[in-house]
Amino acid sequence: MELVFALVIGALTASGVYLILRARTFPVVVGLTMLSYGVNLFLFSSGRLATGQQPVLGTAASYSDPLPQALVLTAIVIGFAMTAFVVVLSLRNLADNEDDHVDGKQPYKSPAPEQEEEVNGK
Amino acid sequence: MSLPLVVLLPFLGAIAAPLFAQGGRTAIAVASSVPALIALAALFPHWETLADGGVVLHSYEWLPALGLSFSFRLDGLSLLFALLILIIGLLIILYARYYLKAHENVGKFYALLLCFKGSMLGIVLSSNLLLMMIFWELTSLTSFLLISFWTHKQDARRGARMALAVTGGGGLALLAGILIIGNIVGSFELDDVLAAGDQIKAHAMYPVALTLVLLGAFTKSAQFPFHFWLPHAMQAPTPVSAYLHSATMVKAGIFLMARLYPALAGTEQWFYMVSFTGMATLLIGAYVAMFKHDLKGLLAHSTVSHLGLITLLFGMGTQLAAVAAVFHVINHATFKASLFMAAGIIDHETGTRDMRRINGLWRYMPHTATLAMVAASSMAGVPLLNGFLSKEMFFAESLELNLPGLWAWLPPIVATLAGIFAVAYSARFVHDVFFNGKPVDLPIYPPHEPPRYMKFPVEILVFACIMVGVFPAVSVGPLLQIAASATLGGDVPDYTLSVYHGFNLPLVMSFVAFFGGLLMYSQRQRFFDFHARFKEIDEKAVFEAVVLRVVDLANRFTTRIENGSLQRYAMLLLVSAIAVAAMPLLGLGIFVGENGLSPVDLPTGIAAVLLIFCALTTAILHRQRFYALVLLSVVGLIVALAFARFSAPDLAMTQLSVEVVTIVLLMLAIFYMPAWTPIETPLKRRLRDIAIAAVAGIGMTLVTLAMLTQPFSSISDFFLENSKTGGGGTNVVNVILVDFRGFDTLGEITVLAIAALGIYAMLKDTALTPPPSDGEGHAWTRDSHPLMLRLIARPMLPLALMVSAFIFLRGHNLPGGGFIAGLVTSVALILQYIASGMDWTEDRITVRYHNVIGLGLLFATVAGAGSLAFGYPFLTSTFDYITWPVVGKFEVASALIFDLGVYLTVIGATLLALVSIGRISPHSAIKSKKEGA
Repeated sequence: MELVFALVIGALTASGVYLILRARTFPVVVGLTMLSYGVNLFLFSSGRLATGQQPVLGTAASYSDPLPQALVLTAIVIGFAMTAFVVVLSLRNLADNEDDHVDGKQPYKSPAPEQEEEVNGK
Repeated sequence: MSLPLVVLLPFLGAIAAPLFAQGGRTAIAVASSVPALIALAALFPHWETLADGGVVLHSYEWLPALGLSFSFRLDGLSLLFALLILIIGLLIILYARYYLKAHENVGKFYALLLCFKGSMLGIVLSSNLLLMMIFWELTSLTSFLLISFWTHKQDARRGARMALAVTGGGGLALLAGILIIGNIVGSFELDDVLAAGDQIKAHAMYPVALTLVLLGAFTKSAQFPFHFWLPHAMQAPTPVSAYLHSATMVKAGIFLMARLYPALAGTEQWFYMVSFTGMATLLIGAYVAMFKHDLKGLLAHSTVSHLGLITLLFGMGTQLAAVAAVFHVINHATFKASLFMAAGIIDHETGTRDMRRINGLWRYMPHTATLAMVAASSMAGVPLLNGFLSKEMFFAESLELNLPGLWAWLPPIVATLAGIFAVAYSARFVHDVFFNGKPVDLPIYPPHEPPRYMKFPVEILVFACIMVGVFPAVSVGPLLQIAASATLGGDVPDYTLSVYHGFNLPLVMSFVAFFGGLLMYSQRQRFFDFHARFKEIDEKAVFEAVVLRVVDLANRFTTRIENGSLQRYAMLLLVSAIAVAAMPLLGLGIFVGENGLSPVDLPTGIAAVLLIFCALTTAILHRQRFYALVLLSVVGLIVALAFARFSAPDLAMTQLSVEVVTIVLLMLAIFYMPAWTPIETPLKRRLRDIAIAAVAGIGMTLVTLAMLTQPFSSISDFFLENSKTGGGGTNVVNVILVDFRGFDTLGEITVLAIAALGIYAMLKDTALTPPPSDGEGHAWTRDSHPLMLRLIARPMLPLALMVSAFIFLRGHNLPGGGFIAGLVTSVALILQYIASGMDWTEDRITVRYHNVIGLGLLFATVAGAGSLAFGYPFLTSTFDYITWPVVGKFEVASALIFDLGVYLTVIGATLLALVSIGRISPHSAIKSKKEGA
């Protein structure tokens, strides 16, 4: 179980990091969201994986760690606020610069290699 | 009180002096003399104490936590320097009165001079090393401003910059050294540091501290290889050269060595570093001085050489050598300051300082010539003058050095050689300027004697040279005695100050130096020819080139790191985060901890595979934005399931509702954005990013795996035990949020509110036109609000509100609470916007979401502050049971009000954010235009 859980976090992190390094705002926003899933799961799991031990008194024989859960609960909500903020930032960037490049403008047009000219996957 | 007064008065004078500039040069010179006169009067009463071997200490607290105090200390050594600074300062003020022209900015000049005087007095009188450091830097600054006094001269500006760079850089090293010493001793007070000499020298950090302190001293006192700044500082007005760059400031490094002599000296490292630096400086300065055609250039290099001599004496480490060093400080200050002033007079009266043009001035200014010749003889070490005495002591000490084997010959040979050079350049100064034919093409011709009182300071100093030279024991004996005693930290060895010690080896060396020097001068043309064969290095050009190179390097580094590309920054951030995290983690070497792995059940395994698949596919398909979003939502939903699976019902509910809101938000955003992401990063870059992502992912996997399989102990038992009894709720997570860690939650909802307001502000005046069609070319549907959705959404609202009220109320005891209830309400309201459109909904929901946020924060804060009224700390909660008809016994906790605040803030923030985005559609822009019309 632990290995599976760790692989899930690894996949979320890898995907998030790769997307954060993209040049357009939307993938970066998606990447941040993905990374925050991973981070939330990681923080949550610091209380270890328990089955049927929800920390509600009187409903189980023993309880999982409630503290990481409380931390992650607020982290989820704040993560949403951050995502919303970044999305709006990218919208404002789009409105002001008429471009959704992360640098606000395109600092240089990198000479795209010929074989990659088939833009948009069409 | 008198000591701080001595230091601070010149600064006050610096403020006041420019006010007298209107009254002419005499008025300002008189006004500028006042601080020094008061200071001398204030120091005078302390003589008795010092003569008895006492110390005067005036101490005030400044920043005790840093070890910095406003404390001043007067002992023999500081008195000697203070007298030099004050008396020569007075003479300089008088001299500058005639040196400066009436149209020059005399106010600025005297103000800077007084600032320098105060700073220099601060260095020698500070009892706290940190305080001394402040004054040390102040002298570098005032020196910079004074060298560049004639700001229109490029050479002056460059020389000033060089001096500041070298002495300022040394100051940084000195600061580091002082901090280390303070760390070793545990105090920055001079008395403590001087008493802790053995402790410092035994400490492992001693070599570092000594090197740093000496770097500061050597740069300030123009020791090889940092000596080059001093000759270039000669672009300053001559009073400045005489005062700062021969008599006082360049002696600050010497003073520092004398001051810290008991604390740092007496080790091998001290001996080698200080004596060899001094020897090199002594020789190089004396050699170069001979070939300078510029009068001040000659004197500057001679100053370098004499500073080297004093340094060498301190480096020798014997007590007598230290006495000789202190003695030479006095003697050099007197004869060199008078020589500089004489050079200034010559420059003033002839308009040039080039010795190839200035010749035969004896005929035009015999008075000045006599004075200069006496001073120059003292510089050369002619008997019956003060320079002879200390030089003789120096020769004697150079013979006493216990170097192994043939090395023992080195110091006396260097000393004699330097003596020969000194006689040669002194002879040149005298012969070339005052005799040697007639003046050549002088800008001012014929030269004549300067104003009477311009010579007065020179007369005083030359008189001092003779007095000390003839009656050393009477004139300077007592002062030297207490200064040497203070330097050595107590006992002074027996020494006799007299003109003739009998016929001995030092006397022979003096003879050799004297006649050798005269011989060398008579054969000067050969040496000039010899010297001319070497290409002269222009230190200024080298220095400027180095500065340019450094700036260029810094620029290139900056542009590499900070190229304006967020991608680059993100990459650097991630890579360094990975590197920083990897370093300690690699050392752990743990993959699977002692708890081992637990088995996987099938549904969990399938969900995990699906999640990993969706996460990776999102990255692969990210250019097709809509699909990426759909995949992302699948990931979010499975994360919610994971929370539910692993005993976190509250998290599952939160994640589920947040997921809905997030996807709606991103859907709204995607509407305005291009539907596709173009490929624009080259393949190489993408492979690099994949590698970074893979390393991050693998790293997180290993870290998680290692953590999950480790046994652990948690502080959560406290929360589990006290949740019911202390917080009145059985849902521990909720009780933590609204009670135990209520303050955190208050902070978090505040962040939420700020984010929402930020979104509102950013979008307030933004107009965006969405693309006319979706990514595949389909035009947007006209039927924007489908009937089915509308019909379902409307009855859903009261239902959803009821559910959220239920979730909210039960939250304290069962999964739920303000966060989740708020999100559920938000989703229900957003559904109305989606189903029926902005206009329809806004006609019916007239609440401003700003107010909802404000109300929420108010509730939360008031609930917290309420406990203050009952004398409990902020956010203390209370609860009680009441009985309602029908419902029965019912628990009410004051935390419920707090949770209500959370609830309202979440609703307000979420809806404000989403509605702000919804409102930028061109449709509403058109509508608002119509309304405006």
